[in-house]
Amino acid sequence: MNHSITYLEAICAAQRKALAEDPRVFIYGQDVGNFGGAFKATKNLAKEFPGRVLDSPISEDAMVGMAIGAAIEGMRPIVEMQFADFSTCGLNQIVNHAGTLFFRTEVPCPLVVRLPSGGNTAGGPFHSQNLEALYAHYPGLVVMTPATVEDVYTMLLEAIKIDDPVIFCEHKFLYYHLKAEKLPTEGLPVGKARITRPGRDATIVTYSAMLHESLAAAEELVGDGYEIEVVDLRSVKPLDTDTILASVARTGRLLVVSEAFPWGGVAAEVVARVTAEGFGLLDAPPQRLNSKDTPVPFHPALWGTHRPTASTIASALHRLLKL
Amino acid sequence: MPSAPDLYRQAFRLMLSARLVEDKLTALKRSGKIFGGVFSGRGQEALSVALGIHLHKGDIYAPLIRDQAGRLAFGDTILNTFRTYLGSALGSMRGHDGNVHRGRPREGYFAMISHLGAMVSAVGGALMARRFRGETGIVGATCIGDGGTSTGSFHEGLNMAAVEKLPLVVVVANNQYAYSTPNDRQFACESLFDRAIGYGVTGHRVSGIILADCLDVIGKAVAAARAGEGPQFVVADLLRLVGHAEHDDAQYITEAQKASPLGRDCLVLAEETLLRENRATPEEIALWKKQIDEEIEETTARVLREPAPDPEEESWIPFATDYLHPCFADS
Repeated sequence: MNHSITYLEAICAAQRKALAEDPRVFIYGQDVGNFGGAFKATKNLAKEFPGRVLDSPISEDAMVGMAIGAAIEGMRPIVEMQFADFSTCGLNQIVNHAGTLFFRTEVPCPLVVRLPSGGNTAGGPFHSQNLEALYAHYPGLVVMTPATVEDVYTMLLEAIKIDDPVIFCEHKFLYYHLKAEKLPTEGLPVGKARITRPGRDATIVTYSAMLHESLAAAEELVGDGYEIEVVDLRSVKPLDTDTILASVARTGRLLVVSEAFPWGGVAAEVVARVTAEGFGLLDAPPQRLNSKDTPVPFHPALWGTHRPTASTIASALHRLLKL
Repeated sequence: MPSAPDLYRQAFRLMLSARLVEDKLTALKRSGKIFGGVFSGRGQEALSVALGIHLHKGDIYAPLIRDQAGRLAFGDTILNTFRTYLGSALGSMRGHDGNVHRGRPREGYFAMISHLGAMVSAVGGALMARRFRGETGIVGATCIGDGGTSTGSFHEGLNMAAVEKLPLVVVVANNQYAYSTPNDRQFACESLFDRAIGYGVTGHRVSGIILADCLDVIGKAVAAARAGEGPQFVVADLLRLVGHAEHDDAQYITEAQKASPLGRDCLVLAEETLLRENRATPEEIALWKKQIDEEIEETTARVLREPAPDPEEESWIPFATDYLHPCFADS
C-alpha cells in the first residue's frame, strides 16, 4: 500500500473538511492549537484555519459550557477532551446542560465532544476509560463509537451536522493501528449497525476497538467449523435493535462484547433488549463479555487480562455454543 | 437609554413589579397553586434591575434565582413568569421546566440550570460566537450568589472569560448566606471583590441596596465590557430578606444583621429617594402599584385557565435532529 490513512488522520481530515465547509465550526480544547493536540488529531488545523482552533485552559466544565453557549448562538463547536477520562470534570455541563437544553427550551444544542477513549498499553486507571454507557444513560445525547477508519471519518462529519450534542467516542488503540486506503464519500447514518461478518452459529454484538478483537475471535472459530456473525453497533445511542434482533433470529445465540466496565453498560442494555424483545429467538441465554469490574490497571500484563481480547472472546464463544 | 432620572423611575417601577409579582407567587404557593418552589429576590431588586436595565436587545443575559427584577428589565414578562410558575403549556418552558429555570435562549435570555456557576462559561460561549461572527458592542452578563462563587464551574468560567478577554459582566450578589451557610463558612478571603485581581478582570464594589449606586456602578461595568475592556466583576453587598425559598423561614439570619444597614429594604429606600428628590409623587407611585397589581391579577386569572402540558401530545424524544426520531420511537 503506497498511501494509507490512519484512524487518527481520518479524525483530523474530517475536522479539516468541516472547518473548510462550514464557517460555524470551530475546535476548542487543551493543546489543540499550534501544538496540534496531545494525539495530533488537530495537526496543522490552527495554521490552516486561523482563530478557529483554540487552546483552552484546563477547564473541562468551562470548555463544554462555552461550547453550549456558542451552540445556542448557532455555532458548531467541537470540544476535544484530552482523554475521555477527563470528560468527567465536564460531566455536569454535558449531561445537565447540553443534554437538557433542547427538551427544556426547544433550542438545539449542536456540539460535538470528542473523547479519546479506551485502553492502550500502560494507560492506567485515568487514561484508559470507556465512558459511552455513562453518556448514553443520560437523555438528549447521541453517543457514537466508530470502529473503522471509514466510520470515524463519516461519523464525525455527521456528528458535526447533527443538531444535538454528540459524544464522539474515538478509540485511542485504533489511532495508529487501523489504516484505510482512502476516505469514503458517504457512510451509513448514525443508528444503523453494520453486519461486518455474516455467520449462522452465533452473533457477536460489539463496537469500537472490540470489533477487531471479535473479528479475530470469529476467525479463530472457523477452524472449529463455526460461522460467527459480527455486528458493529457504530453508535450505542441510538441503538440499532432491529439489526441486532434480525441477527439473533438467524443465529439463535448472542454474545455482547464491550471494553467498558460491565455494570449497567451497553452490553447489559443490548442483552436486556434482546431478552425482552427477542426471547423466543434465543436458543441459549444471552451472554456478555466486558472488562473486569475494577479500575483499568497500569501494567501491560494486567491490562491485557482486564479487557476482552480475541482469545477471551473465543473462549466465551465456545462456552456460548455449548449452552 | 433614558436620562438618569427617567432611568431611576423606570428601574424603581421594575423593582416594584418584581416585588409584587413575587408576593403574588408566594400567596399562590401557599394556596397550593404552584408546582415546585418559589424563589424570591426580596432585597435584591435594586441590584438585579440595575443589570437587566443596562443590557440591550441583542445582549446575552443569564439571570439566576433572585433576578425577577432583572428579568423583567431584560424583557421577560409578567405573563411568562406566571405561565412558568403555574405550569402553563403556553409559557416559554412549556411545563418542561419551571419557576426560575426559564428563558428564551434564542433571544439571548438563557435558561439557568440549577448547578451554580454553569451559566458563566455558557454566556462566555455565546460571546465567543458573536466574536467569531465579527459582532462588537455586545455584552454578556450573568449573576451569582456568594455561595456560587465557591464552585469550580464559576472559577473555570470566569478564568476562561478572562483568558479570552470577553465582554462579560459577572455580578455577585453577596447576600451573606448560601441557603443557610454564612460567608465565614463559604470563603476565607476578606472580600470576594479581592478575587478580581486574581482572575485578571476589572473589579467593582457596590452597596446592593442603594439603587442609584447599583445603576451607576453596574452601568459603568456594562459600558466597560461593551467598550472592549474585558470581563467586569461586580460584587454587591446586601442581605437576603427572605429564606432561600418559600419553605425556608431563614431563622439563621441574625437579628443584628436584619437591624444593620445591610438589612434595609432596597425598595423602601428607592421609594424614599424618589419622593425625597421629587422624582415621583406619592400618587404616581400608588398608581404604579395599582396598575401592576391589576396586571398581576388579570395575568393570574388568565394563566390559571390555560392548558397544562399534555403527556399524550409529548413526543418524549429530547432530540432536535428530525431524522433521528424514528431511532428513538420506542424510547
